This record gives sequence, C-alpha cells and structure tokens, in this order.
Amino acid sequence: MTPGLVAAASDEAVYLSKTLSKILSEVYAQPKAVLIDLGPAIGSNISYLGERVGCKIHVEDLHADLDRHAREDMFDRLPEFLERRFSLINGSVDAVLCWDVFDYLGPAAGAVLARELIRLLRPGGLLLGFFAARQSEDTRYAKYFIEDESRLRCRFYMRACRRRGVLQSQDIDKLFQGLQLSDSILMTSRLREVLFRKRESGVSVKPSVADHA
Amino acid sequence: MNEERSNGKGFLVSEDRASIGKSIVVKGELSGGEDLTIEGTVEGKIELRDHVLTVGANGQIKAEVSAKSIVVFGQVVGNLTASEKVDIKEKGSVEGDITAPRVAIADGSHFKGSVDMPRREQTWNGDRAPLSSPNNDLVRV
Repeated sequence: MTPGLVAAASDEAVYLSKTLSKILSEVYAQPKAVLIDLGPAIGSNISYLGERVGCKIHVEDLHADLDRHAREDMFDRLPEFLERRFSLINGSVDAVLCWDVFDYLGPAAGAVLARELIRLLRPGGLLLGFFAARQSEDTRYAKYFIEDESRLRCRFYMRACRRRGVLQSQDIDKLFQGLQLSDSILMTSRLREVLFRKRESGVSVKPSVADHA
Repeated sequence: MNEERSNGKGFLVSEDRASIGKSIVVKGELSGGEDLTIEGTVEGKIELRDHVLTVGANGQIKAEVSAKSIVVFGQVVGNLTASEKVDIKEKGSVEGDITAPRVAIADGSHFKGSVDMPRREQTWNGDRAPLSSPNNDLVRV
C-alpha cells in the first residue's frame, strides 16, 4: 500500500506511517521504556502503548496548552510556559511522539520545546515528529489514533490554535540541533515524517532520507 | 438485590459494598474489605486491596488510591494503583499517575499524568500485526 494518506472522509483519514514502527519497535526492545506523548490522552493509544509496546507513557497534552494560550490571547507567553512545562528529569525519556505539534508553534516556542525535549531524551533516545510540507488552509487539527505499528487513523477537530508556517527541512534540522537525523521521509500526503536520535558519544547514525511523493 | 442500610454516619452499607454519600467529607485514611462507591469528598489515602472503588459522578477525590479495580465517573487528583484495571469513564477526570495492568480512558474524559502498565510476555510482530489489545472493546475512542 502507498504510504501516506490512503483514505479520507470529511473528518477522518487513515494514514500509513513509515517511521512509527521503527520508534515503537525500539521502545519495545527497551526494558522499562519511558515515552512522552505530546498529543491528547487517547484511550486506545494508551492501551496500545502500555499493553502492546510495554512502555510507561507520560501524556503531555500540548494541544490543550496551545488552545488555552490561543483562547486567552497569551500565545506570546508560550515560550516562557514551555520552559517550565516538563517536570521530568534530564535523560529520563526513551522516546517522544511529537505528532505535528511543532506546526502550531512560532519559532521561539518551537525552539524552547525542542530544547526541552532534547534535555529529557536519554542518549540513544528517539523523537518522532510530523511536519506539514506545504501551507494548508485547513484550520482543523488531527488527533492520531494508533491502529497498528504503521497505521494511524486521523480524526480532525476544530481548535482555537492555528498552524503557523511550514517548516523546511533545514528549519527542522536547526530546531533539533542536539539530535542526529535518523529518517526523514516526505509522504505522498505532503507530510514529512522525521525521526531523530539523541547522540550517544562515539556513535554515528547514517540518516535515511526518502521522498515518497 | 442486597439490602442496604445507613450506619448513621452518611455511609450506606450492604452485604458486600458500601457508599459514601455526596454530602460526606472524609479526610484521612480509608481502607476496607468490600467494594466502595464514593459520591462525596475524600482527601488522604484510600486502600481497598481486593475490591473495587467507584468514584461516582459527584465524587471528588484528592488521595493516593490503591484497589483491585478503580472506576472513575467523577474527579480524582492523586496517583491510582490497581491490581486489575483503571477505567476512566466519559466525563471522569484524573490528574495523577496510573499503575495498572489494564487502563481504559474514554473519549470525553480528562486525563493528565502518566500510565505504567506492567509488561506482559509477548512478541513484537513488526508493522503487519493488527492492534489486538485484549480490552479493546472497553476503550472508547
């Protein structure tokens, strides 16, 4: 099946990911792995990640935070908020599922969040992000429901917070300067999946860059 | 149906379950050997080792909770530990860390915290394995 967006309804679509399996299989291989999910709490995702992948999940719903800041007209205070957002200790996290949260952040907030996530990741830990590769007029945001290791069901909802600009590859690389690019895949849906790994001293990872358009 | 009676302290008790009425406020440590439904306010610690705790729609808990199973219709602030299952129902709210082999979080509920589910023996089937969560039917999305 072609990767990317394969079936779409007005408020729902099935998305085939090329990188989800990779991050989940590494988390599975890690005993007592700790994962941060930056999306909203989704019961089926928590069951899947907890029971099937066997990791501890920290639900850190940034979409709720972004919406609250947008509604209260406090978006300019987001960087300051994000600096204090995560109470976990340095290097305590094996993987981060960012979904597409960076598309909704301005440059300053994006830089703070990236720095915080890099701080939390242990050496060798992985971070997966989705980034829109083209500007969209769609004001809805997607919740990603994990159906299996490579298939996501996206459900679209209205929200107060809107997408900011499109982050180019070099913007994304710059954002995650402390991490090493593992995979960067442009999907047919014009969504870029980017998987980063935190460097372990003396270990080099060869990035895999692909275009499925 | 079990015959219920009041113990005169706002607690309804029956043969195998008890309930705390919505006007009751308990501060301190609560433990017991039967299922318990809380519609009131409890602050402190709740321990129902082999029994089910149900936090009713009016229930407000600010406590460390351990039980066999915990069902939440109301509000909980505190860590939940269950030997079988934690089930947060629609409109239920939990802010705290959950430790349980099975966790169900309904759409429309609120959850903020972490979930730790003891790993079961299984094999990773790569990207072709379907989602086959054993309690999938219990999770509304």
